[in-house]
Amino acid sequence: MQKTIAGTTVEVNEESYLTDMNQWTTAIADAIAAEESVGPLTEAHHKVLNYLRDLQKQSATITIRGVGKSGVVTTKELYDLFPGGPLKKASKIAGIPKPVGCI
Amino acid sequence: MSDTQPVKKVCIIVSKGSLDGVYPALIMANGARMEGIEASLFFTFFGLNALNKTTLDHLKVATVGNPALNMAMPMLGMPMTMPFPTWMGALPGVSAFATSLMNKEMEKLDIPPVQEFLELISDSGGKIFACKLAMDMFKLKKEDLWDRVDDVLTVGQFYEDAAGEGTHIIFT
Repeated sequence: MQKTIAGTTVEVNEESYLTDMNQWTTAIADAIAAEESVGPLTEAHHKVLNYLRDLQKQSATITIRGVGKSGVVTTKELYDLFPGGPLKKASKIAGIPKPVGCI
Repeated sequence: MSDTQPVKKVCIIVSKGSLDGVYPALIMANGARMEGIEASLFFTFFGLNALNKTTLDHLKVATVGNPALNMAMPMLGMPMTMPFPTWMGALPGVSAFATSLMNKEMEKLDIPPVQEFLELISDSGGKIFACKLAMDMFKLKKEDLWDRVDDVLTVGQFYEDAAGEGTHIIFT
């Protein structure tokens, strides 16, 4: 289905995750972040978002352990940057699918 | 279902000290934090094996008295229906072998070793508690435990910590 975020119409799923990561813009990220009570987005947030988008482009599995060990962000920082469900929220803001794993 | 109350906090009691006894609790606690749910782990009885510095990264799969070990057969390339007689679990080396097999499979799934897992949960804001009575029983002192244990609690203190709407207490 379609949703208008930050003035742009994008394809989303029923949980409002973007279904086409190429439709993502930083303005969309800002809007989703505000909706999710995250931010305002800083450079630290964007480092995480870019990292997640890179992983998604490589179709790599995204896990909290992997992100915490990536050198991009520590586990603590990740929880501070995206409070209340870091991987889910960061993925949503990054315009990529919701992570499906348990770890 | 408009009156559905979300889970806000889980307090998980870990009373077993085998690898297969401890991991489900660690996974549930970490999973809770990933969902934005508060989590605490309360290690009691043999569960303290997973907090004791000298033993925590050497937990073993229970192969004695485990009639479900056939589940591990696919890890050896055999069908899950292949029987694993329970008496074989008592043979020397079987538990160690099953443990190394399981550890390998878990690593593939990005499930960390115990200490790293505790760090992950602690870094995420989860709390790690040890049971005072069980510590006394097993002659353990706070300094015997993993450095980042938040506190040693009595049962009463554990229930105090669990207070609040939307808290669930899970016994494993």
